[in-house]
Amino acid sequence: MLAVTVRAKRAELETSLRQAWPDLVVTDLRPAESGLVMLRGRIGGDGAPFNLGEASMSRAAVALETGEIGYGHVLGRDVVMARLIAVVDALWQRPGDRPHLENEVLAPIRKRIAREQSTEQAKTAATRVDFFTLVRGED
Amino acid sequence: MYVAVKGGERAIAAAHGLLAEKRRGDTEVPELAVEQIDGQLSLAVDRVMSEGSLYDRRLAALAIKQARGDLIEAIFLLRAFRTTLPRFGASGPLDTGAMRVRRRISATYKDLPGGQVLGPTFDYTHRLLDFTLEAEGDVPPARTAPVSEGMMPRVADIIGGDDLIERNPPENPSRPIADLTREPIAFPADRDLRLQNLARGDEGFLLALGYSTQRGYGRTHPFVGEIRMGEVDVELFVEELGFAVPLGEITLTECQMVNQFAGSKTEPARFTRGYGLSFGHCERRAMSMSLVDRSLRADEFGEERKGPAQDEEFVLSHSDNVQATGFVEHLKLPHYVDFQAELALLRQMRQDLAQSTPAQEAAE
Repeated sequence: MLAVTVRAKRAELETSLRQAWPDLVVTDLRPAESGLVMLRGRIGGDGAPFNLGEASMSRAAVALETGEIGYGHVLGRDVVMARLIAVVDALWQRPGDRPHLENEVLAPIRKRIAREQSTEQAKTAATRVDFFTLVRGED
Repeated sequence: MYVAVKGGERAIAAAHGLLAEKRRGDTEVPELAVEQIDGQLSLAVDRVMSEGSLYDRRLAALAIKQARGDLIEAIFLLRAFRTTLPRFGASGPLDTGAMRVRRRISATYKDLPGGQVLGPTFDYTHRLLDFTLEAEGDVPPARTAPVSEGMMPRVADIIGGDDLIERNPPENPSRPIADLTREPIAFPADRDLRLQNLARGDEGFLLALGYSTQRGYGRTHPFVGEIRMGEVDVELFVEELGFAVPLGEITLTECQMVNQFAGSKTEPARFTRGYGLSFGHCERRAMSMSLVDRSLRADEFGEERKGPAQDEEFVLSHSDNVQATGFVEHLKLPHYVDFQAELALLRQMRQDLAQSTPAQEAAE
């Protein structure tokens, strides 16, 4: 679920949440804020970790009036986005609301991401290359 | 040493106003949007993020606009911005083996599992200026082909399967990971610290050093085992949750350089490795980094250190272009007192010489 929301566009979450839960009351447990995360690589791809460089990220924590607490963490400096993800996380904890959340909010995003990825993969596939080694004529 | 000066406020304000006007350029021409820089000068954005050591496409694009395309100035802006933000934590190690690959090539195997895909590359272009780009026009959509669902193992793992290449150093949980943003670099430096330094090093510097190893200043006999570029997931372990959460994805370029073997009477000979990893699509930088990473391992393999690229103190102390530009460019700040002191010294020396010469002549 979170893997989908962090790839969502802000407008996708904003619009679908407003339509599906127009009267949702959300309290901020902590003001949404931006900061950094140090990204780590591994030596040689699979060895000991090293610090590659940082990325910007935002985080938020919210509570619904029914008590569920949600956390949002996402790359980038968009604190509104982090808060929207936290709202989705909180709603996900209401078992009764999950199907609605999946159908109205997550499914369209999932579909859009899958479509974009398959287009990108198909374009990449067109650049698949087969090299032939030429035999040199030195007898 | 430069000295503090007072005054000049009006001139400085006017100069910055003039800079803003020149940055805007001809007002008959539409202004450049940050989105255009991000989308159409994307490799400049990748370089600024890498050397600014901050992955944020929009910020890097903004910095390029503000710096009028001066990439080192843009990198400086990004580094300065970074210091204003708190760090929330460190990601789990990025898994390049699980990359959603958009480019993958090998110079060591023609047919490798998963195959080779060229992706968006300048390779095999004719390097002829394309004057059609002067005119605005629609670009035909790129061709597509059926996708084959195959895994793309790292090429080094294929060689590693036969134990023909050295293994990468395993993780040691009891040893903290070096971080040059927290602790100044100390020598000798471990490989994690060297890689962090190289990852944000100046591309031109890394390129020249890598090139120097090929020309004989510390030969390592390299082959490109694999270059791959694509998207990887980022995860952060959140203390209050007790588990790792996804943060999104970033683009990385990885270069696995396979170098000539090392062995001993007891250890069978194996290929050695150099590693390069970069934010974005920065192939030249990842390749250069892997060449320099390998050459800096000279001591490990008992190789004689005779080239600059093998001297870690030289390499790590001069790779950072923000530090370098700071020290070089500070020369234009007021050095009036220092210079006056040297001038007085010079005059004194000349005066001493003039006074002693006639006396000597008289003595002779």
